[in-house]
Amino acid sequence: MPGTETKHKVRDVNVRMLRGGSGPPLLFLHGANGLPVWLPVFELLSKQFEVFVPEHPGFGTSDNPGWMRNIGDLAMYYLDFLDEFGPHEVHVVGQSLGGWAAAEAAVRNCSRIKTLSLLGPAGIRIKGMPSGDNFIWSPEEAVRNLYHNQAIPDQILAVQPTDDQADILLTNRFATAKFGWEPRWYNPSLERWLHRITVPTLIVWGKEDKLFPSAYAARWGERIPGSRVGIVPECGHVPAVEKPEIAAKEIIRLYAGTR
Amino acid sequence: MQFTFFHLMPYRPLDMAERHKHKAAWVVLPNTLYDPKKGADEYESYINQLVYAEKLGFDVIAVNEHHQTAYGIMPAPNLIAANLIARTTKAKIAIIGRALPLVNNPINIAEEFAMLDNLSRGRIITGFVRGIGNEYHSTGINPSFSHERYQEAHDLIVQAWTKPGPTSFEGEHFNVRYVNIWPRPYQTPHPQIWIPSMGSSETVKWAAAPERKYPFLVTFSSRELVTRYLNVYREQAKQYGYEASPDQVGWASPVYVADTDERARKEAKEGIETLFNDFLAVPFQMLLPPGYMSLPSMKNTMRMRKALGAQKRLTMEELAESGTVIVGSPQTVRDQLAKQRDDTRAGKLITMLQFGTLSDELTKRNMEMFASEVMPHLRN
Repeated sequence: MPGTETKHKVRDVNVRMLRGGSGPPLLFLHGANGLPVWLPVFELLSKQFEVFVPEHPGFGTSDNPGWMRNIGDLAMYYLDFLDEFGPHEVHVVGQSLGGWAAAEAAVRNCSRIKTLSLLGPAGIRIKGMPSGDNFIWSPEEAVRNLYHNQAIPDQILAVQPTDDQADILLTNRFATAKFGWEPRWYNPSLERWLHRITVPTLIVWGKEDKLFPSAYAARWGERIPGSRVGIVPECGHVPAVEKPEIAAKEIIRLYAGTR
Repeated sequence: MQFTFFHLMPYRPLDMAERHKHKAAWVVLPNTLYDPKKGADEYESYINQLVYAEKLGFDVIAVNEHHQTAYGIMPAPNLIAANLIARTTKAKIAIIGRALPLVNNPINIAEEFAMLDNLSRGRIITGFVRGIGNEYHSTGINPSFSHERYQEAHDLIVQAWTKPGPTSFEGEHFNVRYVNIWPRPYQTPHPQIWIPSMGSSETVKWAAAPERKYPFLVTFSSRELVTRYLNVYREQAKQYGYEASPDQVGWASPVYVADTDERARKEAKEGIETLFNDFLAVPFQMLLPPGYMSLPSMKNTMRMRKALGAQKRLTMEELAESGTVIVGSPQTVRDQLAKQRDDTRAGKLITMLQFGTLSDELTKRNMEMFASEVMPHLRN
């Protein structure tokens, strides 16, 4: 069953949000390309969880508050968002930029979070292992380099976006640059504080990720006590899209371990 | 009219076949394609041309800043300006411009310009720009904050030049407890600030404000766009309640003069076409990083690009037809420039008489022809 589209307000900020399913709450934080539709991975998760997928402030048709200037602001926004829930109630999942925001929120305050799943998160830097430069990639490269299975970009690139869709892509690109341009895709302080994440945590990484090398997964695993690392073979930067069954299964397994 | 001889200092010995194995002559073009011996010759030729321009009667000789590119080998234009101060006596020396958002301490720019102004006893003109989008890739500065950083850096520099120090500056991007530069500028209140621009409406509005009245220069644009943008500036000035003086508006254009139209077109062709297609052209994701333009302007730009379709190589004939470049006999060039001047009441012409791969010999002839056959006719 497709999710429903709603508006969600936290303090003075209104965002577009997709939601669906029933069960314990799961907050999914999307990546730099935004939140176009209810994805198969949401459908799979919605069989176990009530899934909430807000479109980040500044992205798509969500409000773009002037105070949103760096990843710390986005993390604090989601801590406000999580305040609506009870202690250790919410399963938080973050993809790429969304994983970075989730980790930044969790090092500040884990009190509302039940489990944390990070899918190819941005946020840390390993010297000598630079991220791909997705700001200089051509539009075609920017799609192709995200996936291992090129049938996915073939399908995406075959469709010419409408003017409205093109505007949204551009809006998302503007929002993304604020967080990720410099330092490129990381916060120099974050890695030092990852030990403050004290809830059950899962790191999932596509083995063939061309944006953030999969070797980053092990570093995340070392820094977050008790976390589990899963490397997904034949998968690029977006396991939630390229391998939705595996991503969903891992997240559900993490949840099952807490019951 | 006031005449400026402007130089970009392109790296002419560039191997164009190698160049086209890469996305652009910017950011990613391997610097192994730069030969220091040939480069040293380029600097010598170009500085000689700038010095010669004073002898030919140009009012202003001008340089500018670009980074990590064969398009212009002047990452530090103030070094060239210092050299020109020593070799000239009366021409104004314009650095148009320095890219304000790209520095982390704008005080350095205030200080260096103040030094040059003292060294030249007040012959310095400054220009404030944001840099080309490519330079946000090569410096790492976040283009999302380009406009904010530009405004703040401008305010900080003008404060450093004009407010008796020490003062302090409190910004979002720049915070300086002690603003107290030594030396202060030679000119009072400070050297002129020119604003080269591609015509963005935000810039027009800001530059024309009565407390600034900064000379506004439209660069690399067709006859139609030069006229439109300069008239927008004039209109904006009227809205502020004053009439913009001719000194406040101008445009920049490559110009080539020879005995006949035919000869001029033949001699200028390679230089013009290499400038636009080999040195300047870059993919849009390099040229327009997110935030460099406002989101509404960027949306419009993307729709126009979609309508235009794939970019093809520009020819000199097309560029001359649109008036983006002025090429022809003395009469042709005089007529075209006079018409542009009369349509806009512009008082400043920024000429680019060396462009692309144009040789020293042709550049010298072009400069001499322009100075003797064109300049006197347009003076008043």
